[in-house]
Amino acid sequence: MKHAWIAAAALAAVLAGAAALVGVLNLRGEDPVMEGPAAPASAALVERGAYLARAGNCMGCHTASGGAAYAGGRGIDTPFGVVFSSNLTPDATTGLGSWSAAQFWRALHNGRSKDGRLLYPAFPYPSYTQVTRADADALFAFLRSLPVQPRRNDAHALRWPYSSQAALAVWRALYFTPAVYQPDPAQSAQWNRGAYLVRGLGHCAACHSPRNALGATNDALDLAGGLIPMQNWYAPSLASAAEASVAAWPARDVVELLKTGVSPRGTVLGPMAQVVLHSTQHLGEADLTAMAVFLQSIPAAPVTNAPVRAAADVRFLAQGAKLYENHCLQCHGAGGEGVAGAYPPLAGNRAVTMDATVNLVQVVLGGGFPPATAGNPRPFGMPPYVLTLGDADVAAVLSHIRASWGNQAAPVSELDVSRQRGSIRP
Amino acid sequence: MSFPRLSVPMGWPALMGWSAWKCWCRAGLLSFAVLPWAAAAAATAFENTIAQRVMACAACHGKEGRAGPDGYYPRLAGKPAGYLVQQMLAFRDGRRHYGVMARLLEPLSDAYLMEIAQYYAGLDLPYPAPRGARVAPVTLQRGRQLATLGDATRGLPACAQCHSAALTGATPGTPGLLGLPQDYLNAQLGAWRNGQRRAQAPDCMAQVARQLEPDDLVAITAWLASQPVPANAKPGPPLPPVTGLACGSAP
Repeated sequence: MKHAWIAAAALAAVLAGAAALVGVLNLRGEDPVMEGPAAPASAALVERGAYLARAGNCMGCHTASGGAAYAGGRGIDTPFGVVFSSNLTPDATTGLGSWSAAQFWRALHNGRSKDGRLLYPAFPYPSYTQVTRADADALFAFLRSLPVQPRRNDAHALRWPYSSQAALAVWRALYFTPAVYQPDPAQSAQWNRGAYLVRGLGHCAACHSPRNALGATNDALDLAGGLIPMQNWYAPSLASAAEASVAAWPARDVVELLKTGVSPRGTVLGPMAQVVLHSTQHLGEADLTAMAVFLQSIPAAPVTNAPVRAAADVRFLAQGAKLYENHCLQCHGAGGEGVAGAYPPLAGNRAVTMDATVNLVQVVLGGGFPPATAGNPRPFGMPPYVLTLGDADVAAVLSHIRASWGNQAAPVSELDVSRQRGSIRP
Repeated sequence: MSFPRLSVPMGWPALMGWSAWKCWCRAGLLSFAVLPWAAAAAATAFENTIAQRVMACAACHGKEGRAGPDGYYPRLAGKPAGYLVQQMLAFRDGRRHYGVMARLLEPLSDAYLMEIAQYYAGLDLPYPAPRGARVAPVTLQRGRQLATLGDATRGLPACAQCHSAALTGATPGTPGLLGLPQDYLNAQLGAWRNGQRRAQAPDCMAQVARQLEPDDLVAITAWLASQPVPANAKPGPPLPPVTGLACGSAP
């Protein structure tokens, strides 16, 4: 009996200690929130904040389809349920109208709301924590300058235990450390500016880094590629020469891709088209060049060999070749060469040959347009084949493309396609 | 080639459910191993034209927007540009629901959508002959009467009051009602009744669709679908507003 009491007391002490540790870890790096009258924001500060809001693509999540800008209400699907973005307009009850600049800074830097509640990392504060206080204040000044939208916030639709603050506290203790970006003195000012934008407001790691089972990016800074949760698009590795490393590109092409959505070496589609449309096309030449310089410096990841898969059946490839002739050849060419400025080449295209094939299936089933940007206002489109081609046909034509004109990638299976058909709902 | 007909006027996704729709798709693609898109392939060389830029639309809406092979992908050619752009904005911004359309339009600008709308509005292509009516003559007569005269006792306006006396539409934003399959008309009116399809508020078409009894709705669509499209059919000039109907999309 006595032993049982001792064991229970020890367990209670351990639990209390763990809870205290989680609590302490959650309050790391927090400054006291000083309340005070906000200084009136200058027009220049508001303008700078507007630019930074573009860099962070705040609007991308905080605007519902067809809704008022920055008024929130967009549902973000996660493996744990749906998180709804909040109203960022200066409404006093539903938006940021009663927030102070210090509270806004704490949200961005520490991931806590005005009332101290822990925020879900669908709001990418593991990246935004890198943002400086001065930039946070500019963002706040801009958001406070928006027209008031009284839209009420929606409650998140998360499953237990993910819906609880306790679970979130444990997650944060494990995976979140607040830290403002520290310039690397060994690198140029340009490189540091690029790193700051990519790692901070740009939150590139939110998609381009792998996530573990609890939705945390292993190393928020490695940009080693990841499957975007729920969307079934793969954000390719920016470190791998076999995927989307730009180390061997001229910086000019990187800037052009981010500025216009198309470049001689690649075209953006899917989620990245949204990023270019709402964010990077609005950034200045100097910032885009800085981002390019940083991206080019990412250390090359060791090339991993794809798991060996049986080579495709000859008849299967012949079926694919026939389908290619009927459906793809007119635009992408007999040699997979594409048409410069209109249709991307398929021969030697890393988006075609990389190990992850989800994007290929997405593009064939759902089609798509690159973003209509100032630099490419009238993009050429790819037709959707969701109603035209069955799973086996899509697999055959993709396998043919991945094995032609010098491409030497593994075939795509019918199962690979059928797994994804559900994400292209008519 | 046969497709399940919707005899009940409702929005088809709601009626059929996702799994039924999927089966229907499969059946569809087996029947159409060669679609207009494919047939057009290989024949034409690359041209830097708006037609080339929007070939993505042809996959479902047919070559030059002549309509898809089944009843659900409507003709685009010759519809008023104001109407077409409103529909694209509605798909992009969530007032109409079709995932494939929304996804294609999401990255495009208002200006580009207007250019695409004007391209299709400017196409002057012959219409196919209407299919024979699949309903009794008395139903057709009822449909003709409601479409051309309305029903004053119920305060129901005639289609012709907004869509022009010839029912070929009116600029800038009211579409023609002829040359469309009955399945498509049923699906659209059904979607308006149950809120699946919406126009800019105030949504006058929703107001009218909700006033229609199911039998009357089918009578109207059967008659419309059975009418030949007059030669050189074009949307007419703007029409005066109808008393009691406020239309956000055709002010």
